[in-house]
Amino acid sequence: MTTTHPSTIASTVLRVDEPAAAAYSQAVARNRTLSRDGLRSELVKVATGVRRDIITTIQGSQLGHVGGDLSVTDILVTAYWHALRVDPTRPEDLQRDRFVLSKGHCAAALYSTLASCGFFPRAELATFAKPLSPLNGHPNRVKVPGVETNTGPLGHGFPVATGCALGAKLLGEDYRTIVVMGDGEMQEGSNWEAAMTAAHYELHNITAIVDRNRLQQGARTEDTKTLEPLHDKWTSFGWETRRIDGHDHLAIAEAMGPSTTGKPVAIVADTIKGKGVSFMEDRVEWHHKVPSDEQVLAALEELSG
Amino acid sequence: MTAVATSTDGPTFDCRVDFADELAKLAREDDRIVAVCNDSVGSSNLTAFREEFPERLVNVGIAEQDLVGVGAGLANAGLIPFVCAAAPFLTGRATEQIKADVAYSERHVVLCGQSPGMAYGELGPTHHSIEDLSWMRAVAGLPVVVPAGPQQTRSAVRWAASLGRGSYLRIPRFKVPEVSQEGDVFEAGRAVQMRGGEDVTIVAVGTMVSRAVWAADTLAAQGITARLLNMAFVEPLDRAAVLAAATETGGIVTVEEATTSGGLGAAIASLVAQQKPCRMRILGIDGQFAPTGTASYLLDHFGLNADGIAQAARDVIGGGRG
Repeated sequence: MTTTHPSTIASTVLRVDEPAAAAYSQAVARNRTLSRDGLRSELVKVATGVRRDIITTIQGSQLGHVGGDLSVTDILVTAYWHALRVDPTRPEDLQRDRFVLSKGHCAAALYSTLASCGFFPRAELATFAKPLSPLNGHPNRVKVPGVETNTGPLGHGFPVATGCALGAKLLGEDYRTIVVMGDGEMQEGSNWEAAMTAAHYELHNITAIVDRNRLQQGARTEDTKTLEPLHDKWTSFGWETRRIDGHDHLAIAEAMGPSTTGKPVAIVADTIKGKGVSFMEDRVEWHHKVPSDEQVLAALEELSG
Repeated sequence: MTAVATSTDGPTFDCRVDFADELAKLAREDDRIVAVCNDSVGSSNLTAFREEFPERLVNVGIAEQDLVGVGAGLANAGLIPFVCAAAPFLTGRATEQIKADVAYSERHVVLCGQSPGMAYGELGPTHHSIEDLSWMRAVAGLPVVVPAGPQQTRSAVRWAASLGRGSYLRIPRFKVPEVSQEGDVFEAGRAVQMRGGEDVTIVAVGTMVSRAVWAADTLAAQGITARLLNMAFVEPLDRAAVLAAATETGGIVTVEEATTSGGLGAAIASLVAQQKPCRMRILGIDGQFAPTGTASYLLDHFGLNADGIAQAARDVIGGGRG
């Protein structure tokens, strides 16, 4: 059977949206001059837009991981709209800051954030997970500018990010690396291998963030395989550890600040799965449930602020 | 089962030495070259490299998943990492990192499987790497390179360093004679024809190439001309040379120090079955874990010697079990 696909999907590699990228770069420069209240208000505004895009993107594809997308949104937005030095017009610049979303199943959140920065046109979100779309269900760096490594299987992003940070040290570059993992993902042993490597090499230029929404695919993390005391685990592995409210943009921004000890920095960000949509919040079934059209309208109504 | 007299009078080489020496030469020429290992500084023969380039030898400890992931990150940073570990642990423990972080992510990481095949002999099947050719061949876009001696090992190192994407190099530890000649080509998808012949074709890789040479000599003494191809690139195969062999000679014998379930022989069988069916014998280790024995003993045990190869060639020609 042959199928015709929309011509918008004929392009297999996405390219920068120049006007959006320019607006993003100006806005980020301005954000750095704002008062705390001003910055918070800007980040809240962007995050609301990204959450709306996540909901409509998943509505369009009829698949995705909405719960984790919404728990990690404020971390993504604060990273891209405040902490990171990236230029969407030069996504391969060797001096760019690196951001790795190790919980690659939250691709819709990453794509919505990258589109907000102009890495590619926001309209492309409508192709998410459609046949031949560059926006695969898990991110592909070859096709999506801004993606650093292809994640999806858990426990991969952190070792790669550790290599990015170690590379900066070996090359004498001053870029930073931020990696975000799911909390359930911390059950993967490869992450603890990387935690030891980064501490051993004194990589003060890496920040590892755990999106601590306390739910994994089928149940609560603590009912599946206990993660706590997570703060102590990181500390004992040689990391400068910060525990914050992962939906408080100013707390995230501050925690993303530099290491004060020369050690790598871990952030345990307490979050709520499904954050921002009341009927999705902290409910295990919204790991990858797809909202009905009525639920989409209700969600967008809640996200209209 | 008996060991066969072979022309072992000449010198033999542990190719890890050539690997490490060529890597150090490359590192002197290109600041981007780094070595990454999993506590395998000694077994990857990287001690001298570490002395000369202490900052460019990354040791992640005994952690193969981290090893390959960190390698991919170093490539992301703009370096050219040679990720070195014993082949069974590199390709077995870190298969998914090789697939996702290197091949699918199109990162220029050179994966160097040391001491492959049954080189670890008496240490047993946990330390044998006979599955690596099957596993690595199954990964899309990952060249699988099996040097046969010192010269091809050095060529493979240089070739992989300039490739611009990832590859898997299988570096022999089991001592082999030099089988290459100056001026031999080393190109992806191109075999080296070491003997001309029309009665049968032997296709060999790695440690089996010198044994295939001896087999061809044995056959020649019996009036059988065997064409001999050194197929250093198991992926991409020299398809033209294989199809020519299937057309122009009486059949093909493949020989590899690996399981027969998916490596060189399987690749060639798949090609000829679809395009030019011919008689074949696939020599290797067939669906079993090796018993205790030295590497040399085990090669003989599985018939991976000149006698075994010559017998398989006669079977193909004579229409015997094939």
